[in-house]
Amino acid sequence: MHPARSLIAFTTLSGLGLGLLAWLGIDPAPPTGAVAAAFHVIGLALTLAGLGASALHLRRPERAWRAFREWRSSWLSREAWAAVLALALSGARGLLLTFGIQSMLLGWLAAVAALATVLCTAMIYAQLKTVPRWHHWSTPALFLALSVTGGALLSGRVGVASALLVLTGALQLWCWWDGDARFARAGHSLGTATGLGAIGTPRPLFPAHTARNYVLDEMVCTVGRRHARKLRVLALGLMVALPVVLLQLPMPHLFGLFALVSHAIGVFVSRWLFFAEAEHLSGLYYRSC
Amino acid sequence: MTALPPEPARKLGLVIDLDTCVGCHACVIACKGWNDVAYGAPLGDADPYGADPSGAFLNRVHSYEVQPPDGPAQHVHFPRSCLHCNNAPCVPVCPTGASYKRAEDGIVLVDEDACIGCGLCAWACPYGAREMDPLAGVMKKCTLCVDRIYNDALPEQDREPACVRTCPSNARHFGDLADPGSAVSRLVEDRGGFALMPETGAAPVNRYLPPRDKGWDDETDVLAPWLAPVAEEPQGFLGWLDRTLGKL
Repeated sequence: MHPARSLIAFTTLSGLGLGLLAWLGIDPAPPTGAVAAAFHVIGLALTLAGLGASALHLRRPERAWRAFREWRSSWLSREAWAAVLALALSGARGLLLTFGIQSMLLGWLAAVAALATVLCTAMIYAQLKTVPRWHHWSTPALFLALSVTGGALLSGRVGVASALLVLTGALQLWCWWDGDARFARAGHSLGTATGLGAIGTPRPLFPAHTARNYVLDEMVCTVGRRHARKLRVLALGLMVALPVVLLQLPMPHLFGLFALVSHAIGVFVSRWLFFAEAEHLSGLYYRSC
Repeated sequence: MTALPPEPARKLGLVIDLDTCVGCHACVIACKGWNDVAYGAPLGDADPYGADPSGAFLNRVHSYEVQPPDGPAQHVHFPRSCLHCNNAPCVPVCPTGASYKRAEDGIVLVDEDACIGCGLCAWACPYGAREMDPLAGVMKKCTLCVDRIYNDALPEQDREPACVRTCPSNARHFGDLADPGSAVSRLVEDRGGFALMPETGAAPVNRYLPPRDKGWDDETDVLAPWLAPVAEEPQGFLGWLDRTLGKL
């Protein structure tokens, strides 16, 4: 799949922001006053920046409001509703905490809405049978794990963040390892895609068209797969290994910031791979396998 | 609402004969020609007269070589377009309701005024049948020429999809696949028509007819048994020249 910058920015930034808002929501002794305001502004700003980036992905962004209509069937629509709900609830909680008013119920509702948004985003990908690498329970699991981990880092929970980093890193490794086998496991081939498998082994003889087209650009991107192994090492190092080490150093504010930046860049690389390595069924018509 | 309708009473679709398709791409051009001026936004091209032209098409013709376990390889042309699936995966994913399946005849369409161009329906389609219009920024797909098949302003013989009407080798057939007595259903029955990638569960309506068995076995040419072998030794003047030159 084409690793669109808008989608990578969206899922990474809003994942971090919503993770932070979730931790702030369930905090039994949350910050108040200016500190509460600052934390909530960071969480809301990251989420909004992500949503803004996602609107850039639309070819007709002026019609984005229409996406709220089909929540009964579409995960994309559900995501829109959950995002608005999460922003409203977390905004209200942030405002109340700024004035020293604590409401645990509102906090928990805000946290649930924030994580529900991340879940909806992940389900947009996980629901697609056409991309076997994504069509798996581990897709929402990894999106949620990365969001919660990034949120713990952002909210300064050193101990929790260290443990979550290690767990999420392990999950990420397993997702890569298992994901590599999923396309073959799904059992599709040019033979089933054309039905010609019944009479022999088909292979493309010459291209169906001389120019590129939307299907090739959007779904048969292969550029990213060339350096996948190196990028995986880079992603895991920046996302997990380096932050874990940095978190154990003194001066938590300074090294915590470094850990956060390193983690965020690592998640960017991991998300880039998430798209670039995903193989779509329609690619079968264009290559032999 | 982008929920799928209950099982339609009529299932309009195409039956494509892989035995007779000659890969001329006339259907591709007829489709492009009709949809440039008909349903919805004109089927757009980016940089049409420049160095790097590309554009949206609703029909593509691939060419494959099929190697059977024994006998010579076969050359098969393979037109690919929307299959108007019964369980169309492109419909429920649409956040706006722009992507829908008609309850009356099963045709899958896009309401271009409501499409936000997110591209999720194209991601959900196993067959790569949808292409984003590069100019209008809305999703385009085969309409089964819904503006021809019910069009009383057209002569009766033209009330079929443009690709079917134009096919010079009669490899494309249009009809109601829910009616077992229809010409297309009988064709599917007689020739062992099949669906593409049934394992995805999309339940396509369109059917493909397999290439017929040519019964060639190991012969790559039907005329081969009747051709006399070419003379190994040169005769006449060439033979004299060959012998004389060989002595030098």
